[in-house]
Amino acid sequence: MVEELRIKNGVVYDPINGVNGERREICIRDGKIVEDVMNPKVIDAEGKVVMPGGVDVHAHIAGGKVNSGRIFRPEDERRGREPKTKVCRSQSGYSVPNTFTTGYRYAKMGYTFVMEPAMPPLLARHTHEEFIDIPILDKAALPLIDNNWMTFDYVKSGDSEKLAAYIAWMIKATKGYGVKLVNPGGTDAWGWAKNQGLNDESEDWGITPAEIIRALAEANEKFEMPHAIHLHQNNLGHPGNFEMTLETYDVTEGVKASKDRSVTHLTHQQFFSYGGTSWKDFESQAKAIAEYVNKNEHVSIDTGTVILGDTTTMTADGPMEYSLYQITGRKWTNCDVELETGAGITPFLYSGKVGVHSIQWTIGLELMLLVKDPWKVALTTDHPNAGPFIGYPIVISTLMSKKRRDEVLSEIHSAVYDKSELPSIDREYDLNEIAIITRAGTAKILGLQEHGKGHLGVGADGDVAIYDISPEERDAGKIQRAFMNTKYTIKGGQIVVKDGEVVAAPEGRTFLVEPIFEDEEIYKEMLSDLETKFRDYYSVTMRNYPVQDAYTPHPYVIKAPMAK
Amino acid sequence: MTVVTDVVCPLCGSVCDDIEVEVEENKITKVIKGACAVGKSKLQGHERIKSPMIRVNGVLKECSYDEAIKKAAELLAKARRPLLYGWSSTVCEADKVGIALAEEIGGVVDNTASVCHGPSVLAIQDVGIPCCTLGQIKNRADLVIYWGSNPANAHMNHMKRYSYISKGYFLPGGKKDKKLAVVDVRETSTSKMAELFAQIEPGKDFLLFSAVRAVLMGYEDIVPDEVGGIPKEKIVTLANMIKESRFFITFFGMGVTQSRCRQNNIVNAIQTTRAGHLHTKGAIMPMRGHYNVNGFNQVCTWETGYPFAVDFSRGFAWYNPGETASTDLLGRGECDVALIIASDPASHFPADAVKHLARIPVIIIDPYHNPTTEFADIVIPSAICGIEAEGSVYRMDNVPIRVRKVVNTDYMSDEEIVERILEEVRAIKEKEGE
Repeated sequence: MVEELRIKNGVVYDPINGVNGERREICIRDGKIVEDVMNPKVIDAEGKVVMPGGVDVHAHIAGGKVNSGRIFRPEDERRGREPKTKVCRSQSGYSVPNTFTTGYRYAKMGYTFVMEPAMPPLLARHTHEEFIDIPILDKAALPLIDNNWMTFDYVKSGDSEKLAAYIAWMIKATKGYGVKLVNPGGTDAWGWAKNQGLNDESEDWGITPAEIIRALAEANEKFEMPHAIHLHQNNLGHPGNFEMTLETYDVTEGVKASKDRSVTHLTHQQFFSYGGTSWKDFESQAKAIAEYVNKNEHVSIDTGTVILGDTTTMTADGPMEYSLYQITGRKWTNCDVELETGAGITPFLYSGKVGVHSIQWTIGLELMLLVKDPWKVALTTDHPNAGPFIGYPIVISTLMSKKRRDEVLSEIHSAVYDKSELPSIDREYDLNEIAIITRAGTAKILGLQEHGKGHLGVGADGDVAIYDISPEERDAGKIQRAFMNTKYTIKGGQIVVKDGEVVAAPEGRTFLVEPIFEDEEIYKEMLSDLETKFRDYYSVTMRNYPVQDAYTPHPYVIKAPMAK
Repeated sequence: MTVVTDVVCPLCGSVCDDIEVEVEENKITKVIKGACAVGKSKLQGHERIKSPMIRVNGVLKECSYDEAIKKAAELLAKARRPLLYGWSSTVCEADKVGIALAEEIGGVVDNTASVCHGPSVLAIQDVGIPCCTLGQIKNRADLVIYWGSNPANAHMNHMKRYSYISKGYFLPGGKKDKKLAVVDVRETSTSKMAELFAQIEPGKDFLLFSAVRAVLMGYEDIVPDEVGGIPKEKIVTLANMIKESRFFITFFGMGVTQSRCRQNNIVNAIQTTRAGHLHTKGAIMPMRGHYNVNGFNQVCTWETGYPFAVDFSRGFAWYNPGETASTDLLGRGECDVALIIASDPASHFPADAVKHLARIPVIIIDPYHNPTTEFADIVIPSAICGIEAEGSVYRMDNVPIRVRKVVNTDYMSDEEIVERILEEVRAIKEKEGE
């Protein structure tokens, strides 16, 4: 491993430190950015673009449902196969690649951190086992804590202290990073093949999704959590759902953030920005969503932008996957997880020949172009739901080029001209804004900028992406190619990709948050409630439930004390 | 004497994890509670292979671990078409190293699913599977169907912990609140407890699934008076039990996967579950046999993209059961060295496959003697996972559980043995300048 590295002559985009396309030198020693180095290996980045390593805020890369997606799609695995090399294990897969491939492909795009956003707590060990087999990247995972019967009990009783104690226990037990919600209330109702809207009262528990969301946001803010609650709200993917989306945004208004960030991160909002009353009069309402985000500080979003083509959809939103399967008639896997959550998986083809899919494609782009402040919006494809992560370079080039957008619009279903604002939007992203929506902003949304991610200031991780492209380049094809395969990717000071080839594949770290709940009495009472759940209803014992240290061989622990 | 709680049973796919044992002088002397009769027998131990052995002039001679591992590595490194088979009664950590070894030598890696629930995997690849964790069944399933499986004898704690006999949140009365239906070719201990028992003629499962499915989809009129020996009236009753349930679960066993129609039975079983889903909530689950047969399928999938029968001879993972499963390879007489771990193909493979296996050099890693060790050329004894070694296993419902190390041992673990073989193979290849 190179101990010292100097990257000279590059044009640096480091938005967190206010560096916007300046010629700067980047020095790295022992894996960290430093002021200067003595005997470095030198990389000449003359005329090339230098950015911090990419940070993905939301991509389903590991765990039970990802693997169920792989198992039932051998046809997907046959796409993109590569033989073993001296450095790389053998590779398979396109929308659901094997673990090794996931690490290599992200690294080739210049990414060094990925958040797995939906870890069923009972299956958390599985997520971590796959993490061990995803090389290069640093990773973290968000446990699902919104359809849990413990959460329901405390929301019902209004016991916010015990709820905070419970989320602290759960995040530690699963070696997780924060609080994830997926169709709160609705996924549990799916246990009876039912679903729930934001203000529907649950027959079994007598509470509404809105109450769950508010309670978890408040519980999250009792700690100095690096990340907001991460919410996939109710009613995903249905025409006309934008109204419920806006109502959902209002639910956490007024909750005070314990850190400098949003209170609620709303994920893959493309799927929630739909107008119309049916698929027939389906239209984009991205404008209404973007306007709300522009006016309010308590929300941040990522987009879930569509990549046209075949993919594998997967989510803890069990009822949504079932309705999608009913539309397509393709294969469908479901997995309800006792007392906690669920999952559904079905393949899907986004076709430019189909009006609805074409409009969906515009919505993910509209959101990014209509939200004025790039720090509030992150680029995702909700991998693999709206498309695989290797489509990011396509999205980047499309955001940077009005010309490319117009070309695609002219090729896909003409409904886009009536049902979407996209054709009339002239805005083009610059490289600084691209750096924000792919690393700086996402690192801030996840609270990682304090932990060395998303920037190139002294003390930051030596994670750097060098793209073989001139800062002035406007050609969409060249932009796409450059962002697909870096000239260099450096992870923790080590060159892992050179000229688009993986040259080293070190093991990555797992980032964990440890919320510290102070009141021992309340914590004990919560544990006693939890013991009852394990004794009577879970199918494993409480002692066998927490993820053992063996599953995080390279942990990076972030303590989250109670908020002052 | 010490009492160890929350011990995880390394026997069947139910993976009971609430076992209490007494340990005295580094031995499990008593199982206090939690395990079934078969589990108890495994936990308390029986006759082990004492030492590594290499066959010399037709006779197995004791040797050191180093010698056995070195010899095994030599055989594998020069093999042209090696097979690495078994992997189901060991932990995922060992499976991972096994997959790396297969990749290193361009071999075929396959597990026992090939001859048990492989057809279930093929069916899932065709249509997917609506499933759930076992606790969901305990708490919600008011109709439990066992089809071609007999848990009272094969998964002895299954009904008590997870299904018909267990009490759950929405079913506090336990079996008073639940119904049990059984479909099997013979009366079994399980069928005797059932409210509805359909004794089906062997090989007619596909027809019966079709009939139930037809009724569920509203085509009762096309069902003949009798299907597979089951009168129409009973078929309609079963379909109505499904319709009237709040949550039904079908557990299916090898009576369906390894009988006539094989994976097509399972496709039909899954489609029948989907048809039931038009009326209510339903799920379906294979009754996995070995405690970690599922774990190998999970690891193999995330590491290679495919769940079993993976051929690395092209450098990348190639999957085509019918061509790349171990019985295919052996049946064609293609394989020239076999590494067998944590399984006993001599007892379970078709005769032509076993015959070929007996002709070629065989390395076996296992704690116990079995018919395969009888003709193996290198025998490497290992620690018993869940008793002497820890690691991940995946229950039949995909729930990962870490089995515990309860006592110490001088035996090497499966993981260490395979890791050592892999290191030796790499050293040999490096020497040869590859």
